[in-house]
Amino acid sequence: MLDFIDQIPLSEWTETATDWIQDTFAFLFEPIKDHLGNFMDFVSSDVLAGIPPIIFILIVAVIAFFVSGKKLGLAVFSIVGLWFVYNQGLWDALMSTVTLVILASLLSVIVGVPVGILMAKSKIANTIFTPILDFMQTMPAFVYLIPAVAFFGIGMVPGVFASLIFATPPTVRFTNLGIRQVSKDLIEASDAFGTTGSQKLFKVELPMAKGTIMAGINQTVMLALSMVVIASMIGAPGLGSQVLSSLQRASVGTGFVAGIGIVILAIIIDRITQNMNKGKE
Amino acid sequence: MAVVEAKNLSKIFGKNIGQSIKMLDQGMSKEEILKKTGNTVGVNRASFSVEEGEIFVIMGLSGSGKSTLVRLINRLIEPSEGSILIDGKELATLDKKALRQVRREKLGMVFQQFALFPHRTILQNAAFGLEVQGVDKSERDKKAEESLKLVGLGDYMHQKPGQLSGGMQQRVGLARALANDPKVLLMDEAFSALDPLIRKEMQDELIDLQSSMKKTIIFITHDLDEALRLGDRIALMKDGAIVQIGTPEEILMNPANDYVEKFVEDVDRSKILTASHIMKRPETINIAKHGPRAALERMRREGISSILVVDENRRLQGYVTADDASEARKKEITDIKEILQTDILRVTPDTPMQDIFSMIYDTPVPIAVVEDNGRLNGIIVRGAVLAALANDGEVNLNA
Repeated sequence: MLDFIDQIPLSEWTETATDWIQDTFAFLFEPIKDHLGNFMDFVSSDVLAGIPPIIFILIVAVIAFFVSGKKLGLAVFSIVGLWFVYNQGLWDALMSTVTLVILASLLSVIVGVPVGILMAKSKIANTIFTPILDFMQTMPAFVYLIPAVAFFGIGMVPGVFASLIFATPPTVRFTNLGIRQVSKDLIEASDAFGTTGSQKLFKVELPMAKGTIMAGINQTVMLALSMVVIASMIGAPGLGSQVLSSLQRASVGTGFVAGIGIVILAIIIDRITQNMNKGKE
Repeated sequence: MAVVEAKNLSKIFGKNIGQSIKMLDQGMSKEEILKKTGNTVGVNRASFSVEEGEIFVIMGLSGSGKSTLVRLINRLIEPSEGSILIDGKELATLDKKALRQVRREKLGMVFQQFALFPHRTILQNAAFGLEVQGVDKSERDKKAEESLKLVGLGDYMHQKPGQLSGGMQQRVGLARALANDPKVLLMDEAFSALDPLIRKEMQDELIDLQSSMKKTIIFITHDLDEALRLGDRIALMKDGAIVQIGTPEEILMNPANDYVEKFVEDVDRSKILTASHIMKRPETINIAKHGPRAALERMRREGISSILVVDENRRLQGYVTADDASEARKKEITDIKEILQTDILRVTPDTPMQDIFSMIYDTPVPIAVVEDNGRLNGIIVRGAVLAALANDGEVNLNA
C-alpha cells in the first residue's frame, strides 16, 4: 500500500547537489581552505602558542578580573584552571581549540547579527529564515561534517564551517528577538524625531537589544565550543582530538583530563562573555 | 495663520478601508461600522485649526481617539483620509524624506510614558533630536544643556533616565522636544503618568514656559481639570469625532450636547470661573463731584448700605457707608474724603472664584474687581458667588 512509488532517491540527489556545489565553487572553496587554513595555523601555532603560557594566563586573568566587576573569583579560577591545562601538557591543544572557537564564533556573529536584523525588519525574511534556523539546529551536528570535508578537506577549516552552521542560529534568533522587543514607545519617539532607518537601528534598536544579542552570542560561543569535539573527527586539532583519540584507545584517564580541559575553557569563556553583557548594562 | 490645520481627518484600522470611509461619510457611527465591517474607527472626520502660540487641548476618555489623532498630526500613524497642514503645507502626501524633515524641524513630541532612551544619559537624550539632524556634538550639547536648564535639570545631565523620578523624567522628555526648537509641540498625555502633586507642578511650569516661549502646543489629556487649566481652546472627542471645540468657558457654560454637558457636570467651577464672570455693575459716586448728601441719596435710591467711590478716571478710591454719610450730613461735612474708608478688598478680573470664595465671608461690603491700572470693573456680592457655583443660569459670561 505504501509502496506506490519506488524509494525517492533523496540521498542521491543530495550527493549530486553536493558534488555539483563542490565542483562549481571549487574556485571559492580552495582559496578559503588554503588561506583560512594557513591563517588559523598561524594564529594557533605562531601567535597564541608564541605567547608564553604565563603571559597568556595572566592576560586572561586580568580580563576576567575587570569584566567580572573587579572580583577575584573568576580571575583566580582562570589562573588555576589554565595552569592545570598547562600542567597536563595540553597547552598546544588548548591554543588550537581557542583559535577554532574564537574564529567560528566571530564568523557566526558576523553572519548572524545582520541576518537577525534582517529577520526583525522584514516579514518575508522572517518566514524564510525561521525554518532554515530550525533545520540548522536540529540536524545532528555530525551531518555537517560530511559536506564540510567535501568542500574543505580535513583540518581546522571544515571544523570552522561545521561550527558556523551549528552555532549561528542563537545569535540570529536573539538578535531578531532583541530588536523586536524594543518597546514601541521608543520606536515612536525615535520616529517622531525624524530618524532614518539606519539612525533608528544604530542609535535605538541595537543599543536597546544589546543585552539580548549578547545572550545569543554567549550561546553561540558555547555551541562553537561543543563542536570542537565533534570537529576533531574530521581532523580539527585541539582538546577535542585528545578526547577522540582517548575514546579510540579506550583510555579513560587521558580522555577525562582532556574533557576537564574543555570544561575549564567553557567555564572561563562563558563567564567572561556573560559578564561582558552584564557589565555594560 | 493656523500653524496646524486638520481637515476631515479620518483613521480606520482594518481592511477594506475605502468602504468604511464611505460609511463614515454617510454618517454611520463607530459601532455600526464595527458591526458591519469589523473595522475600528480611530478618528472620525476631525477638523480643527490651531493658531500660532496657543495651547490647544484635545481631550476625551480612553478610546475616544485622541492619541490616534495626535499621531496623525506627525504621521506616526498614516491617515486613512483627510489632510493635515503644517504651516500651510500638506503633510499627508509627503514622501518619507520630506516627512522626516518636517518631523525634525517643526514637530516635537512628548510621550505619556516618557519614552526616554535608557542607554543614553540625560544630556544625550535631550540632544537626540539634534543628533539625528546631524548637528555637531559641541553645538547640540550646548543646546540640549540650555533646554535642560530651562526645565530645571541642569544638574542631572550625566545621569541615566533610570536614576530620575517620573516627574524629572518627563522634564527630560520635554527638554528633548524643546531642544530642537520645534514650532509645534505635541504632548500626548504628557502628565498623566505623574502623581497629582507633580502633575500640577508640571502644568504650572508648562504655563510658565509657554508664556516665554510662545510655542504652539497640542496637548492630549483625559483629565478635564487639566484641559481647563492649560487649554486656550479645548477640543472634546468622543468615538473618534470632535464633539465641540471652544474656550474652557464656552465648553463649561454652553455645552454643545448632552455628552459634553455630562462630561463637564462634575467640574469644580470655582477653579474655572473668575471674578469677571460673576461681577456686577457697581453703583459709584465721584470723589470730586459728590458729597455725603449725594452719596446718601444714591444709596437710598438703590437700597444699599454702602457705595464705592471713584475718581474721574474710574479709579477706585474707597467706599462710604450709609451710617457715616448720614452722620456727616448732620455735622454738615461736605467733603466726602473725611468719611472715606479704604479697607476694601480688591481682586483682579482674572482671580479664580476659588480664591474669592474664602474672602467673601469675612467682608461686610462687596469685593471690588479692579484692573491692574486701578480702574474699577465691577463688584462681587455674596449672592453672585453662590449662584455661579450652583450654575442656575444667572452667570453672564459677558458681564
